[in-house]
Amino acid sequence: MQKLDSTFKNMVLSLGGVTLIAAAALGTVYSLTLDPIAQADVARQEAAIKAVVPSFDNAPVAEQYRIVTPEGDSLICFPGKVGGKLSGVAIQSYTKKGFNGVIDVMVGLSPDGSIVDYSVLKHAETPGLGSKMQEWFRMDKNRQSILGFNPGEHKLWVSKDGGDVDAITAATISSRAFLDAVDRAYRSYMASLDVNIDARTGATASTDSIAASKEYEVDAKSAATIEYQPSEKEEATHE
Amino acid sequence: MSNRSTAVLMNGIIKENPTFVLLLGMCPTLGTTSSAVNGLGMGLATLFVLVSSNMVISAVKNLIPDKVRIPGFIVIIATFVTLLELLMKAYVPSLYESLGLFIPLIVVNCIVLARAESFASKNNVFSSMLDGLGMGLGFTIALTLLGALRELLGSGKVFGLNIFPEQYGVLAFVLAPGAFIVLGYLIALFNRYIKKA
Amino acid sequence: MIYITIFIAAIFVNNIVFSQFLGICPFLGVSKKIETALGMAGAVAFVLTLATIVTWLIQHYLLQPLGLNFLQTITFILVIAALVQLVEIVLKKVSPSLYQALGVFLPLITTNCAILGVAILVIQKEYNLLESTVFAFSTAIGFGLALILFAGIREQLSYMKIPKAMEGMPIALVVAGLLSLAFMGFTGIV
Repeated sequence: MQKLDSTFKNMVLSLGGVTLIAAAALGTVYSLTLDPIAQADVARQEAAIKAVVPSFDNAPVAEQYRIVTPEGDSLICFPGKVGGKLSGVAIQSYTKKGFNGVIDVMVGLSPDGSIVDYSVLKHAETPGLGSKMQEWFRMDKNRQSILGFNPGEHKLWVSKDGGDVDAITAATISSRAFLDAVDRAYRSYMASLDVNIDARTGATASTDSIAASKEYEVDAKSAATIEYQPSEKEEATHE
Repeated sequence: MSNRSTAVLMNGIIKENPTFVLLLGMCPTLGTTSSAVNGLGMGLATLFVLVSSNMVISAVKNLIPDKVRIPGFIVIIATFVTLLELLMKAYVPSLYESLGLFIPLIVVNCIVLARAESFASKNNVFSSMLDGLGMGLGFTIALTLLGALRELLGSGKVFGLNIFPEQYGVLAFVLAPGAFIVLGYLIALFNRYIKKA
Repeated sequence: MIYITIFIAAIFVNNIVFSQFLGICPFLGVSKKIETALGMAGAVAFVLTLATIVTWLIQHYLLQPLGLNFLQTITFILVIAALVQLVEIVLKKVSPSLYQALGVFLPLITTNCAILGVAILVIQKEYNLLESTVFAFSTAIGFGLALILFAGIREQLSYMKIPKAMEGMPIALVVAGLLSLAFMGFTGIV
C-alpha cells in the first residue's frame, strides 16, 4: 500500500479517523469497566470494614451515612450490626497533615467510642518509615498499640507531645498525622451521638459516653493549646 | 522462530536495553522501583503499552501522513495508556494505587514514542510486536532487578521475603537517593561486564 | 500563607527531580553545561506554568461537567503538545531573541513528564486555580535549581579521572543520588 501524501485533506481525515477510533475504543472499555471498578471499590471498602469492625451480619456499605467533623467537613460512617443491634462502626477518616499529603484511614470504633482496630486505606508516606503505620500502632510493645484505647480516657497523641502513644521511630510527622485521622473519626462519631440523642430527645445511649466525650473535648482543647498549636504556629512563623 | 526474529527480540533485552543502554524512561525507572513488585508491575504495564502501540502503529503507518505522524502516534499511545488505566483500576486496584501517577505518565515515556518512531513506523506488524516485546522485557527485567536490589539493601527483603533482618537494611536505598545510586552502579556493571567497556 | 508553604515545599522538600522523579530525562540530558541548563529551565518554567493553567481550566470546565474524567490523560497530553507548538509559533513571531534562547528546548518539552505530571498532580491534590499556578511555577523553579546545581557539578566532573565503566551516565546518577540525599535534609521544614 502506498503511503498517504501529506495533503491537508489527508492529514485532517487520518487524524480525525485515529481520534474517532480511539474515542470509540475508550468509550466502550470505559462502559465495560465501570461496573468492575465500582465493585473493586466496594470490595475494598468491605474488606477494610471487615478488618476493623468485630462482627456484623448486616450490609454496612448499604447502610452508610455521613457524620460531621468538628471542622465542618463530613466522614462516611459504616454501622456494623448483629441482629439489628450496633456492634461497632467503621469510619473512613482522613488527615491532611501527612508527610506526603493526605492519609486515609478506616477506623473501627466500638459503640462506646473505644478503638477496636484500624486499617490504612491510602497514604503516600515514606516507605520504610511512615508506611509502617499499618503495623506499628497495633504492636503490643511499649506504648505503641492504640487498639482497645478509648480516646476519651487516654491521650491520643504522640508521647513526644506529652501523649500516651509512642510515635514510629524517625517518623513523628507521619505518626502525628495518623493519630490526627483516628482522633477525627472519634470526635466526629462522638459528636454525631450527641446530635442523634438531642434529636431523639433522650434515647438510649449511655450518658457515660456523652460525659466522656465532653470531658475529652475540654481535655483535648486545653491540651491542644499547650502542646499542638504553639509548635505549629512556631513552624508557621519560621517560614 | 527465524534468526531475524530472535535478533529483534534480543535486541531490546540486551543490545539496546532501554534502561541500561538507551537510558530512556528514567522517570518510572527511578520512581517506581522502591520494591521488586512495583518494579515488575511497572515493567509489565509498560510492556503492554509498548507491544500494543507498536502493533497498531505499524498496522496503520501508511494511513497517517508524515507531517501529522507524531500527533497520530501520541493519540494511539495515549489511548492504550487510558485502556490500561481503566483495566488496572478494575482488576488490580492495589497495584494501580501504588504505581499512582506513573501509569498515566507512560504516555510521555520516551521509550514508547521512540520505538514507534524508529521501529514500528518502518517495519511490519509481526516484527514490531517482537520489538515491543523485547523492549518491554528489557525494561521489565531492568526495573525488577533495580527494585529487588533496592528492596534488599533497604529492608532486607526481596519480593517481600526476608533475606536478612530488617534492622540491618539501609533505609536510604528505598528512598529517593538510593534509586539514583543503585541505578548508577547497575549501569556501570552493565558497561563493565556486558558491553565490556 | 498557604502559597508560601506550597512554594517552599515544591522547591525544596518535594523537589520534582530529587524526590518526585519527574523530568529526569531532560535533567540528565541537558545538564552538561550551565548555559544550556539555564535555557532548559526557562523553557520548562514557561510551559509548565502555562500548561498547568490550561489543563486545570479544561479539567474543571470541560471534563468534570461532562463526566469525562477518564479521558484526562489523553486530553492533557494533546493539549500540552498543541500548546508547545503554539508557544513555539508565537515566540518566533513576537520575540525572536527569546525564541533563540528557548527554541531548541521547546520540542523536547512535550515528552518531559514533569509537565504532564504536574498537570495531573494539581488535579489530584484538589488545588484551586491560583494554588495550581503557584505550585506549577515553584515546581519549575525547583526543577531549574536542580538542573543548574547538577550542571555545575558535571562541568567540574569533566576534569576528573573516572573509571571507564563509570564514565557518563553512571557517575552522573551517583552524583544525582548524593544531591538527592542533600535535599532530604529539607524534609520536615514545612
